[in-house]
Parts: sequence; C-alpha cells; structure tokens
Amino acid sequence: MIETNLLAWIARAVQFGTIIMFGSLGEILTEKSGNLNLGVPGIMYLGAFAGFASAYTYENAVDQPIGIVCIIIAMLCAFAASALGGLIYSFLTITLRANQNVTGLALTTFGMGVANFFGALLLKGEVYTAAPVANAAFIAKIPFLSDHLGVVGKALFSYGFVAYLAIIVAIIMHYFLNKTRTGLNLRAVGENPATADAAGINVTKYKYLATVIGAGISGIGGLYYVLDYNNGIWATTGQIEALGWLAVALVIFTTWRPLSAIWGAYLFGLLYWLYNFLPKLLGLTNVDRTSDLYQMIPYVVTIIVLVAVSLRRKRESQPPASLGLAYFREER
Amino acid sequence: MNNSAKETVKTHEPLIRLAKRDGVSMPKKIGIRALAIIFALVIDAVFIVLVTKINPFAVYAEIFKATFQTPLRFMWAMRDMVSLLCIGIALAPAFKMRFWNIGAEGQVLMGGFATALCMMFLGQSLPTPVLFLVMLLTSIIAGAVWSFIPAFFKANWNTNETLFTLMMNYVAIQIVAFSTNVLRGQASSLGTINMTTRIGWFPKILGHDFTLNIIIVAVLTVLMYIYLKYTKHGYEISVVGESENTARYAGIDVKKVTIRTLIISGAICGLCGFIIVAGNKHTIATNTAGGNGFTAIIVAWLAKFNTFYMALISFLLIFLEKGASQIASAYGLNEYIADIISGIILFCILGSEFFINYKMIFRHKNNA
Amino acid sequence: MPYTTEDAIRLVNITKTFGEVVANRDISLSIKRGEILSLLGENGSGKTTLMNILSGIYYPDGGQIFVGGKEVSIGSPKDAFDLGIGMIHQHFKLVDVFTAAENIILGLPKEKDASAKLDIKAVSAKISDICSRYGFDITPDQKVYEMTVSQKQTLEIVKVLYRGADILILDEPTAVLTPQETEKLFGVMREMKKDGKAIVIITHKLHEVLSVSDRVSILRKGEYIGTVNTSDATELSLTEMMVGKKVTLDIERPEPKDIKKRLSIKNLTVIGADDVPVLSDVSFDAFGGEILGVAGISGCGQKELLEAVAGLRVTAEGSDIKFYDPDDNDSEKQLIGLTPRQIKNMGITLSFVPEDRLGMGLVASMGMSGNMMLKSYEKGNSFFTERRAPKELAEEIKDDLAVVTPSINTPVRRLSGGNVQKVLVGREIAAAPAVLMTAYAVRGLDIGTSYQIYHLLNEQKEKGVAVIYVGEDLDVLIDLCDRILVLCAGKVTGIIDGRTATKEEVGLLMTKIDSHSDKKEVKEGERE
Repeated sequence: MIETNLLAWIARAVQFGTIIMFGSLGEILTEKSGNLNLGVPGIMYLGAFAGFASAYTYENAVDQPIGIVCIIIAMLCAFAASALGGLIYSFLTITLRANQNVTGLALTTFGMGVANFFGALLLKGEVYTAAPVANAAFIAKIPFLSDHLGVVGKALFSYGFVAYLAIIVAIIMHYFLNKTRTGLNLRAVGENPATADAAGINVTKYKYLATVIGAGISGIGGLYYVLDYNNGIWATTGQIEALGWLAVALVIFTTWRPLSAIWGAYLFGLLYWLYNFLPKLLGLTNVDRTSDLYQMIPYVVTIIVLVAVSLRRKRESQPPASLGLAYFREER
Repeated sequence: MNNSAKETVKTHEPLIRLAKRDGVSMPKKIGIRALAIIFALVIDAVFIVLVTKINPFAVYAEIFKATFQTPLRFMWAMRDMVSLLCIGIALAPAFKMRFWNIGAEGQVLMGGFATALCMMFLGQSLPTPVLFLVMLLTSIIAGAVWSFIPAFFKANWNTNETLFTLMMNYVAIQIVAFSTNVLRGQASSLGTINMTTRIGWFPKILGHDFTLNIIIVAVLTVLMYIYLKYTKHGYEISVVGESENTARYAGIDVKKVTIRTLIISGAICGLCGFIIVAGNKHTIATNTAGGNGFTAIIVAWLAKFNTFYMALISFLLIFLEKGASQIASAYGLNEYIADIISGIILFCILGSEFFINYKMIFRHKNNA
Repeated sequence: MPYTTEDAIRLVNITKTFGEVVANRDISLSIKRGEILSLLGENGSGKTTLMNILSGIYYPDGGQIFVGGKEVSIGSPKDAFDLGIGMIHQHFKLVDVFTAAENIILGLPKEKDASAKLDIKAVSAKISDICSRYGFDITPDQKVYEMTVSQKQTLEIVKVLYRGADILILDEPTAVLTPQETEKLFGVMREMKKDGKAIVIITHKLHEVLSVSDRVSILRKGEYIGTVNTSDATELSLTEMMVGKKVTLDIERPEPKDIKKRLSIKNLTVIGADDVPVLSDVSFDAFGGEILGVAGISGCGQKELLEAVAGLRVTAEGSDIKFYDPDDNDSEKQLIGLTPRQIKNMGITLSFVPEDRLGMGLVASMGMSGNMMLKSYEKGNSFFTERRAPKELAEEIKDDLAVVTPSINTPVRRLSGGNVQKVLVGREIAAAPAVLMTAYAVRGLDIGTSYQIYHLLNEQKEKGVAVIYVGEDLDVLIDLCDRILVLCAGKVTGIIDGRTATKEEVGLLMTKIDSHSDKKEVKEGERE
C-alpha cells in the first residue's frame, strides 16, 4: 500500500516536473541572453494548444492515424507556435526595446487568450475533447525496462519519452552553456552586452535566437501537459498559467543552472502532489479541505529559496548581470 | 590577420540605424500613441474577420455598443474600470520606486478575503458604520501585510521582489481556496454573502451598489496624483526609483521608504479588495481579483505613473473587454477573444514607445 | 611584417552627431604603420567618439574610412576586428564573472581545425606566448572581478593582440595607472611599434604625448586642428593647438589665512565587500581655510574616505571622526555612527561632490530645480514639498555659473558634463558648508570649466571652508592644494606640502605598498 502510493507519488511528481522543467529550461536559455521573459505561461499555453490542435486535427482527418506522426506533428507545431510567441516578445523588447516585464505579462495574457479562444473552437460547445492516439503515443513507456526491473523500473522507466527528453535537453544545455564557444558568447551577452558587442558578438542575433529557441523549449512543457500529463484532454483551463509561473520560479530556484533544473523540477513535483499523497501515506482521511493548504507548499518553498539565495549573496548564484535591460550600442 | 582574409571582409552600412532622441513634443507623443492604437485596431479587425468572417465595422459597432448603448452598460463599464484603475493607483508608487510589485492579485485577494470574513462573522454583531470601518481597516491591513513581507526582504537583503510577490499571489489564492472550501460547507460555492440582509453591502447611490466604488477611486486618483507629485514622500519615491545611491547621498532612508511605499501600495490593493467585495461581487473566490492585478501593471507602466493617464488607459482596456464579450455573445464566440484583442493593443502601445525614444536613420541611397 | 610607413588608416571628412551635439565634424587624418600617433584634445573634443567609429561602436553620419588603401564601412565591432582594428576602451569591456582566458576568446570565430568545444588549454598556451613576447603577466584562469585595474588593462591589451590586431587604439590608458605602470605600458607600446603595428593613444596629458608618440593629431570641439611631429612640438605649442588660445598653466593658490582645525580623523577603518579593509587606520586633520588634496591610484580608498566622512559608510570600531563646529565655538562633535540625516540635523553642513555625478550627486531625470531640493526637501513640518526656494536657487545658480540649459526643469541628464558638474557644485556651495569634499571634480570637463571649478574651490577656501579635493591629475594637485594626502591601498602613505611636492615624490608614495603582495586591496572600487 505504502509502496504503491509512493510509486504513484513519484510518477506524478516526475510528470509534473517534466512540464515545468521544459518551461524553466527554455527560460534559463532566454535569461542567459539577458531577457527576462515573464511570458512563459503564455508561451506554454501556445505550445499546449498548438501541439494538441495539430495532433487532434491530424487524428480526425486520417482514418488510421499513426502515433509517431502524431508525435512529430505535435512537437513541431508546439515548438513553432511557442517560438512565434518568443518572436513577438523578442521583436518588442530587443528591436523596439520595450520594457521586458510588461511585455512578458502582455504575452501571458495574449497566449492564454489565443489558446483558450481557439481551443473553444475545437471544443464545439463540449466541456472537453481528446486526442487519444496522440496521447497513447506520448505516454508509451519504454517496453522492457518499465516492467522487468521491479520497483526501480517502475519508478524510473514508466514515463513517455518526453520525460527523458527533458533530461537530455537539460544536459545538452548545460554542455552548451559551459563548454562551447557559442555558450560562452551567449553568457557574455547576458552579463555585459556592451562587452560582448565590442568583442564582435552579434548581440541582437544571440538575444533573438536564445529567446525564440528558449520559448520553443518552454512550449514543449505545455505540449507535455496536454498530451501526457492531462491524458490528451483539452479543456478551457487556467491551470497552465500557474505551471508557467512555477517554471519561472524554478529558474531562480536552480540559480540559472540547467542541471539543477532536473532535480529541482522533480522536487517541485513532489511538493505539488504532496497534498494528494502525504495524507494517504500518513493514513489521514478527510483531506479534501486541507489539500489547498498542501498545494501552497511549492510556492512557499520557492519563497524560502529566494530568501536564502539573497542572504547568501554568492557571486556565482546571481542572475545574469544585465537581466531585464535593453541594449542600445550608441548609448552615451 | 593575413591580407587575403581582409579582402573577403564584407562590411556594409546597416539599412536602418538608430539614434536616441529626447524631448519629443507632447502632441507628437500623443499622435504616435494614437497611431499605435489605430494600428492595433486594424490588426484586431483583420483577426476578427479571418476568424469570424463578420464585417469588422459591424464588429466595432458592436464593441462600441457594449459600453455606450445604455447608461446602465456605461455604469457597468465604469464599475469595472475603477476596479482596474484602483489597482493601477496602488501600484503606481511601487513601480515609480522601481519595485516590481507583481503581487497585486494576491494583495487584492487578501483585502477582499478580510472584507468577506467581516461581512460573514461581524455583520450581525456590529452597527453598520462600525462594521464598515472594521471592514475597511482589516482589508487595508491584510493587503498591506501581503506587500510588507516581500518589501521587508527586499529592503534588508535585496531579495528579488518580482518573484517573491508573484509567489505571494499563489499563497493568497490557496488560502482563499482553503477557506472558501471550509466556509461553504456542503454548498458547491460560497455564494453571495448576506444576500437578503445586505449587511456589509455598500448602500445604493443613484441606483447602484457600486457608485461608492467609483467615488472612492475618483478620490484616490486625485490623492495619489498629489501624493506622488507634491509631497515629500513622493519626492523620496522619485529619488529612490532613480538611483538608490543618490537617495542615500541625500540622506533618504531607502529601507524605510521602500517598506513605507509598499505598505501604501498593498493597503490600496487591500482597499480595492474591499470595494470589489462590498460594492460589487459580495462574495469571495480565488478569481475575485480576476487577473486585474497583472493588467494593472501594464496600465501603471504605460501611463508613466500619472494616475489620470491611468484612468484613460483603464477605460480603454475595459471598453475593449466589454466589447469583446459583446461580440463573443453576439456571434457565439468565446470570451477569451478579449485577451487576444487587448494583447494586440498592448503589444502595439508597448512597441510604439520605441518611436518616441528613438529615431531611425535610413541608409543613404547613393551609398546603397 | 615589414616596416613601412604606408597609411594603415585614412579618415576623410568623418562627421558624427548625437542629437543636437556635433561630436565630430569633417575630420580627416591618417595613421601610419610602425608609428605611435597621439590623439590629443580636451575632454569632449571628440577623440573617443572618433575612435569608437573606427572600432565599430558608432556609425558615422558622413565621411569615408580607408583601411590599407581600400574604402571600408565599419558597421560593427566585428567588422573592425576583421580589419585588424582593436580598441582598448577607457571603461574596460570585460565580463566580471568570466576568467581572463574566457574574456580573451569571447566572440572569436573558432579556428578552422578546432571543434565548437571550448579548448581553454590551447587558448592558455597561446596567451602565454603573447605574454612572454611582451613581458605581460596574466593568469588565464583568474576571474576578472579578482583583478586590479592594471591587470584588467593588461588583459585588454592581450585580448586585442590575441585577435591579431595590427592597429591598436588605446583610450586614455594611463588614467588609472601609476607613473611606474605607465612607463611599463609605454615600453610595451614601443615594442609593438617595432613590430610594425599602428598605435593610437588617446590622451590629454601633454608629457605623455611628448614622451611616447611620433606624431600628434589634435582635435578641438569636434574639429580637426592639425597634426605635428612630436619632435617639433612643445607642451606650450600643443596646449595652444588644443585650447585654441594661449593659456597659462598656472592655477592660483592663495596663501591660507587664519586656518582652523575643522576635521580630525583618527584610525578610520572601513571594511568593504568581501571583508577586505578598503581603508585602514587613516588619520589626518583638515583645516578650514586650506585645500587638502588627496592623491592615489583610482580605487585606493578615496571614495570610501569621503563617503565615510559624509556618513554613508559603516566604519570599523576604533574609528574616530571629530568635527569642530564653527557655529558653536569650534566645539568638538563626534560624527562616527551618524547617518547623513543625523549629521545634518545637528546643524553641521558637510558638502560633498561625489565622483558619480548623475548616479549619486544628482537625480538624472529631474531638472535643476528638482535637484536643488535633494538635500533640503525635508525641511519644515509640512507634508508637502516647498517648491519656490529651490526654483529660485536653481535660477540663481544658472545665472551665476552660466549653466547652459533650456530651462531649469530640463532633466539634468540632458545637460553636458560640464553643466551637470556646475549644477552639482553650485548646489553644494550654496549650502554654505563648513567642509566641502569633492571627488574628481574636474573629470571630463573642458579647461575653461575646470578653471571655473578651481576658482570656486579657492573662493571657498578663502571663506574659511575646509576643502578636501580628491584628484587624479598630479599637476593640478600640486598646483592647487596646500597639502596633499597620499593614499595607497587604503592606507595613508604620506601627507606632503603642496608647495614643495614633486610629481615623482607623489607618484612614489602612490605605490609605496607593493601592489602585487596585496592585490585585493587595490581592486577597482565598485563603480555601480
């Protein structure tokens, strides 16, 4: 009983963590270029909707939809739609030098509006609609490992491929930022764009690419939410917004380190699902009223980490020095 | 660097170069912003036509009617406008001090929550004037506490306030969710508080419960304008916002000003929760603030903290929101169209600031 | 590379404007290979702007640039690198949290054979090569934020050489160096010249021009005045070209009369970030009626000293700052532990002109009249600010000091550097102070405005004010000050008489403590 609950808890936490891991990995990349994009929730909405809508349309247009095609279409569309959101943000903040915080918030409103407005067109008056083939493709487990390794196998290998993709993206991003020249250049852009510019780095290009690709990665989190975590079901929702903000919080929590995003995301997942499993593990009943209090925990933990980081003031755990500032070469 | 490499160098004058400009005249500024709004309305029209295939002029007529067709509709628009404006007013001093208070949503919610609790538990036992006083005070305190916490950490340890206040929103939401769950008992939702007795409801003035809301916010608009522009506190806020070093140099206690300003900001948010609950919704739920806490940030920023401009921008946004719900119901669309329309407008206005701050120099034709 | 005298760069009719301000007007000049060219001009004469055009930071509004005989268009710093032009900026372009090696390879395209991976080892080897060739001393894996100013500059030079630049531009490289470090830098420049590189040094220090360069090009108020061979030039002839009319280099120095002890500072210690003392055991007296100069390499505690006296720094235990109040029979008052507000409330007027004028002394977005209120706004019991008095004061200062501004409500950030300083100094003097502290009061100002400031300081001195003048130009310190206190790495290394001091003497005191044994202490102060 305890084992089952524990396993279920871990499974839920990993899935939850995967959503916000994508969200925050994308945002880490973006913030490394000096752009603070508070449009992450909106971007995740765009990714979620585009991924679902494309898979749904494909499923309903073809007699015998193929899972792998669903995956490819959904991934591409989710990435493209979110990247487009990132492009709007980039154009406004990089080219037109609009305030980053305000632009990000407007993008969140916009993304939520687009997803739920067009989502409603898919719903055709129903409360929810589903894309079962895509869902099946996304939640397909690794065949052998998930059921032959006992508890360990269940805890580690019972997820759709996107969950592992998140870890791979985190590792690649870590390598990219710390071990490649392009990564070094990108970090310089976020730290000190004037220096990067004087060193011959195309600041605008780096900012655009990091923000657009970062948005695309964040959007995959939204896609995973609908097609895996939420069992392939689309309904008008405000849920993704909360997830998006948690992703932004996770960036701070990890102090801008992609590798820390892996365990950080799972920790957030465990905390988020605490309300469901802790009482069960402790054998408590009548939990529905207190569940809201448990759901508060991830936010409180983020606040505590935020305070702890600010108390320590370690040079290496500070945000990119020019985060949130527009760059204009001929400033004097 | 060898010479062959040099010969392959391709250098060219950029097509468009930028130069900063300063002191654009007022009519020109207004003109640029008006153009931005018109441009946004055109994009919105194109969008609406593409999605709905409806004549855009019919749509804009519909949008216009949503606010101006009847006096009642206009009053409703005013009611919603002042809710948004009130939060904008609350945020103005904080943002002017460059304190990114993203937590208005939570501060409003806590204020509204306090009001609702008073209505439920003190409504029977206190005389009306005392009850209103208690409602006012508790809501102000609740909002102020919610902003004091991040301000305290920001002032002492420079803790990032953007994320702190954002997280505080969700803490507030969960508290309200928990409490309403407990309070509603077996009912599916909390429902309207004191439905029959109307205890703790604002009195009807000119036929509306919410007239008092409009009056309160109108007064606040003027007071905040004066506070920021003509008082010593306002001067301190400007100096701290411009440069903390200058503030310290001038002998300003930055910590004190930060905390004091945020308490004021949170208190007005709490007050906003009070007027929303007592003068409009008469209940409390996790969505009582309705996202206005975020929209108000944009309002305050675009108005450059001038409360009268804020009133204009709030009105514009509410006008669009009302219009969008109107077309949504008239043409069987979803209400989220409002978010798209106002999103586009905001993008355009934000982008238009560029043309006020920079000028573009195009490549000389003979060089090209 | 063979030694030739062909033009490395030729500029023809370069023009650049910023808004209404013409920074460069029709400038034509050439830079030859194997020579050191001094670009001489007062601050604001357009030297840096012109060189920023060459390095791709600014794009000119008109004119032509020829590199190696070919017309080019330099649209970005990358274009400049590709043309072999490297610039060492006055404000270093380094990323603080990166190591030396990381800064050096920043933005470089990968070598043909190298992978995208960062090969720090190979980079370090190449850095060592360059270092041994010119005698530099750089640790490739040292973080920039741990470096001294002179180390940062060396890093900048290595960075440019690493990129294979054969045209080097150095913007006021000696401003932050000791005389000894300057000599070493000049040695390096002469070495590079022998290698056939073209070198431009931007400076306004005449003796440096004469000692290091082959030719001198002079700019004045954005216009090209002419080029002379250094061998034909004298300090006087260059000054004439630079300022346009004959000027005497002498600064007046009235004899101190009736001096009274105003400040007595004992064992002043201030701990900076990283728990390193930025000031240790500083003791001296300042007298009303004299100008006390403070000399030192930048970041040796000058800023902290003034801020500590002004009540802006936490001081360590045992520190002692006594003020003798002229309005109260010269009675003794302890200033340690008081905030600026508390000091003011005791009726003590300390005026302070900080180094960072727009970031500390003034509110950049407010006009003159708003800035006049900065230190007096809280007077009186009213909840509202008093607006008439500051307005009148602003008008008065505008007239008295000839501040050029469209109106007293124009944001001061839109004023030129000299006018900004006049607003700040004017306000501080108008407060009728007992002590007037100034940090780099003439930095960036033209000669006329500088002399106006010297004159104002002398006026204050004659009124019996204790003036403390932190400066970087040793000639000015020696000409203006009655006594000069020298700081090195946060310690007082000497207090000497301004009338008998020589530059060499001051220079030696500035480096008395071996800077390499105690690197952290001479670290460049936190500018922000």
